[in-house]
Amino acid sequence: MSINVKNIHKRFDEFTALDDISLDFPSGELVALLGPSGCGKTTLLRIIAGLEQADLGDIILDGENASNTHVRDRQVGFVFQHYALFKHMTIFDNVAFGLRMKPKAQRPSESKIREKVFSLLQLVQLDWLADRFPAQLSGGQRQRIALARALAVEPRVLLLDEPFGALDAKVRKELRRWLRKLHDELHITSIFVTHDQEEALEVADRVVLMDHGKVEQVGTPEAVYNHPQTPFVYSFLGSVNVFHGRAEQEHLQVGNEQLRHHNDSYGHAQDVFAFARPHELKIVENNHHEGVSARISRVLSFGIETKVELDGLNGTHYEVHLSQQQRQDQPLHIGQEVKLVPSALALFPKEIETLRLSEQQG
Amino acid sequence: MNTLRQFSVLPGFGLSLGYTLVYLSLIVLVPISAIFIFTCQLSLSEYWQVVTSPRVMASYQLSFGTSFLAAAINAVFGVLLAWCLVRYSFPGKRIVDALIDLPFALPTAVAGIALTALYAQNGWLGQIIEGYFGIKVAFTPIGILIALVFIGLPFVVRTVQPVLEEIDTELEEAASSLGANRWQACRYVVLPVLLPAIMTGFALAFARAVGEYGSVIFIAGNIPMVSEITPLMIISKLEQYDYTGATAIASVMLIVSFILLLLINLLQSWTAKQTGRSA
Repeated sequence: MSINVKNIHKRFDEFTALDDISLDFPSGELVALLGPSGCGKTTLLRIIAGLEQADLGDIILDGENASNTHVRDRQVGFVFQHYALFKHMTIFDNVAFGLRMKPKAQRPSESKIREKVFSLLQLVQLDWLADRFPAQLSGGQRQRIALARALAVEPRVLLLDEPFGALDAKVRKELRRWLRKLHDELHITSIFVTHDQEEALEVADRVVLMDHGKVEQVGTPEAVYNHPQTPFVYSFLGSVNVFHGRAEQEHLQVGNEQLRHHNDSYGHAQDVFAFARPHELKIVENNHHEGVSARISRVLSFGIETKVELDGLNGTHYEVHLSQQQRQDQPLHIGQEVKLVPSALALFPKEIETLRLSEQQG
Repeated sequence: MNTLRQFSVLPGFGLSLGYTLVYLSLIVLVPISAIFIFTCQLSLSEYWQVVTSPRVMASYQLSFGTSFLAAAINAVFGVLLAWCLVRYSFPGKRIVDALIDLPFALPTAVAGIALTALYAQNGWLGQIIEGYFGIKVAFTPIGILIALVFIGLPFVVRTVQPVLEEIDTELEEAASSLGANRWQACRYVVLPVLLPAIMTGFALAFARAVGEYGSVIFIAGNIPMVSEITPLMIISKLEQYDYTGATAIASVMLIVSFILLLLINLLQSWTAKQTGRSA
């Protein structure tokens, strides 16, 4: 079932949580709402579910305006970050809850409920836990039960609010893969909220990037990662190095130093941000004619890449990734004065916004 | 052989347990056993005669009956009050919150006189109730019930309130996203979690009501066979210097209260097992 979000506004007192959001979620897709905390992604999810009311705007479910429909009639499955399992009920009763709450006329018989619950518990591979209580389960198991419970009422949409946020890294990775597999089997339109870019890029068909109550970019994981359209997206997805400078015809003036760029549209001494990914920077000798000066502060050489951390002149930090081959060709030591030369630079004019560069994501 | 040595991360077990036992003995155990020792001065048939005399029997019925009813009323309205205080914010909420503790703080005799003045035939409320509904409140069991409800009010509110504060609203949101209506969400999700606290509050309110004297004695009117509570029977025995008679009745109260509290505790652990809290 498709979901259309039209011109949603939401304020909490003085705080604007959502500022004119319009989005289309096509049928059968798994979409991630990605952004830093406080960007409005959870609020948007709760408004789609009907747990929160928008100040303005409409939610269209399957072509029908559902803005004034109560949660219980929207037929959405909602999975909470902290599971929200009913602690006083067994796992079986938790999953059966939705079915048992149906009005008498629609309620399946107890044997039908049993059948349904066990098939769902098998789907999440936890049928052997039916008689346990939530307190006896691990975090990952609880979240899978929460998902089974949401699926029991055969929702038209599945909404997941930071579903793996409370789990440790290893379980999170496992469940991520498992959710993707489950979605490929069920093909139910799903939206999940996350602040973890890796999670969003790995699991989702499409990613919606949000910041400060606005949509920054929508696209496939490849598209948003390879072609960020705003400085926010550039800095939020993956590690990135930022240079503040002035764009001239052929080069970028950073302080007293120059970097070459290949962008023709900047030619009038414009203040810009320039972004380069860690693998797009080259470390060269100190006396090279172009480049930005820096001093090596750390060299981390485990894994297939070597990470080099550098300190710039005025308190800036840079990160460069080198392949093992490059590492061997170039002797590097801590404290060494070098220059950095980008092989590619993405420029964004500075007047767009006073850039709220989020903390560089690792 | 180090393995025989007992090790505990919390030292001082012997000292603290010893202190606890001595303290409990002095404050609770010795006075209560004194009641039974005093009672033993009576022969079994004398004892039976004292504790089953018609006036005393009527007082048991009244005391335990009204106490039970008052605790039940407090259980219902205490939950309602706690709900309002936890879930909603309204002007004057802190004042309402403080008001709930007043029955704890007020000397019970003052409360009794105030209630009597209000509910007597010529009192503000008594006039209205008797005039419109023809029901006498003061000097009847209804009056006793009102006094007991008054003094038992804080117990349920104060036991349910913290538990209710801990219940995540997410649970109710989850219930309604699964199609449960408001009533079902309360009945199947909130109430089972609150039940142990409600029962504890009920037991406390009941125990307090059974032993209550000061606030009841004025509004009860103390008409033999109609509105004499058991504590009054004990006092009237004492006034006649019949100490053994007084302790005999007290021992019956103790035993019945003990059995009732035991039953409530058993019920509580049974529900805990049913709902997986102790599993």
